Amino acid sequence: MLELRDITGGYGPAQVLCGTDLRAEAGQVTALIGRNGVGKTTLLRGLMGLLPDLAGEITLSGETLLGLPTHRIARAGIGYVPEGRQIFPELTVMENLAVGQRRPSRNWPEERLFALLPNLRERRANAGRALSGGEQQMLAIARALVTDPRVLLLDEPSQGLAPMVVQELARVLRQLAGEGVAVLLVEQNLRLTEAVADRILIMARGRIVHDDTAAAFRAAEDDLRHRWLTM
Amino acid sequence: MDPLTLFTLQTLNALSLSALLFFISLGLTLIFGIMRVVNFAHGALFMLGAYVGVATQTASGSFLLSLIAAPLAAAVLGLAFERCALSRLYAREHSAFLLVTFGLALALTEAIRLIWGADARQAELPDSLSGIVFVMDEPFPIYRLLLIGAGLACALLCWAGLQRTRLGLLLRAASQNPTMTAALGNDVGRVRAAVFAMACALAALGGALAAPLLSASLGLGSNVIIDAFVIVMIGGMGSFLGTAAGSLLVGFAQTFGNYYAPELALGMTYALMIAVLVVRPGGLFGRVE
Repeated sequence: MLELRDITGGYGPAQVLCGTDLRAEAGQVTALIGRNGVGKTTLLRGLMGLLPDLAGEITLSGETLLGLPTHRIARAGIGYVPEGRQIFPELTVMENLAVGQRRPSRNWPEERLFALLPNLRERRANAGRALSGGEQQMLAIARALVTDPRVLLLDEPSQGLAPMVVQELARVLRQLAGEGVAVLLVEQNLRLTEAVADRILIMARGRIVHDDTAAAFRAAEDDLRHRWLTM
Repeated sequence: MDPLTLFTLQTLNALSLSALLFFISLGLTLIFGIMRVVNFAHGALFMLGAYVGVATQTASGSFLLSLIAAPLAAAVLGLAFERCALSRLYAREHSAFLLVTFGLALALTEAIRLIWGADARQAELPDSLSGIVFVMDEPFPIYRLLLIGAGLACALLCWAGLQRTRLGLLLRAASQNPTMTAALGNDVGRVRAAVFAMACALAALGGALAAPLLSASLGLGSNVIIDAFVIVMIGGMGSFLGTAAGSLLVGFAQTFGNYYAPELALGMTYALMIAVLVVRPGGLFGRVE
């Protein structure tokens, strides 16, 4: 589905990505983990066309995305749930959703969306800034879903959420993968990652250094953790 | 004239001035909201509206036509300017944007001088609008009442446009977070261009409406932009309600100031701004960023 090949780039002279290869398949949760500062967020931003200089190859079902402006990448079928949620604080929940709906959503009409994310239903008329952190995260996901994405990018969605809400998040992500969405999850939270991921990728110094099934990750977890994840 | 009548008439005068100021300030604040920069050329576009209005009326004899031609001309010019110059500058620092809009203001003023000369030109009101009505037994120009109505209609229409249309929604979204607005599939560049063109049209419509009252002259642009800046500061950068409130406050301060304390009138507008900013640094409806 989504394929990245030999991605290099970063912010000006600071090269963050040094030949990253990555695939995210439909119906699977692909998790990308790694220490702070290895380039995970930069990779997602680059995917969305938010980095000025990026080289390599990015394709979605064979269609080239690299070099397109951000709104065209979104229209091609990439949903983006950014770090820190970034909902529109002065817009209501329904208005936040409407920003993503250039036409009514095919896959996620209102009823279906609120069935997946029931907490938002009673908050629909509230302003974004009035929501709790968990509700804001669900809104950020909902807002990406109404664009009918084939791939959903999530950048540390569990950050700052209570354990109960993280469980809810895990349920939502599994359900989305079950619907055939390719979920690409960047996380620091290993428990969430192991609970939802089909594949787990480890990133270090701008490269993918480990790419295997979640079961293989668990089998070698202590070693991998020591080499790539702990400080 | 008894004090109550005088007060009533001055209130109507103040409201009509506020209406004119609202046309230019609203565009300025909308542009600031979505682009985070001040458009120095906004006063020149108001002035252009006055000149195009007078010229259209002279050529066609129709005042109504001048109210269509002026905003149309400014919208076309604004759109071309945004697409050719401003849209290339959003990624750069704000000083580039300020300089380019300042340059447009200078170029527009010179172009107007070349086309229409240095003398002031006044629009003629049609007979139907140049009459008077009696307000509490005192004569009052119909046209000023019409201005109040036009300002009110403009405020309501723009409010509805912001709240009820897709462009209004995208303008509000992009004012808060342009990156996410784009990441949800919206072409923010086109939203900016549309907003800029519409803001230019509003300013020019204000200029055409002002032409019978203030006459079209080369100083008009720089005079009116100062008031508009003050209004936007008082109301809070980017706030619709703040702009409406600011226009009213400045309109009243100037009208009543001119009557009761003419020697202080000029200073009163600024005193008002300072007082508001001391109490609320972000303006009445704004936030400090």
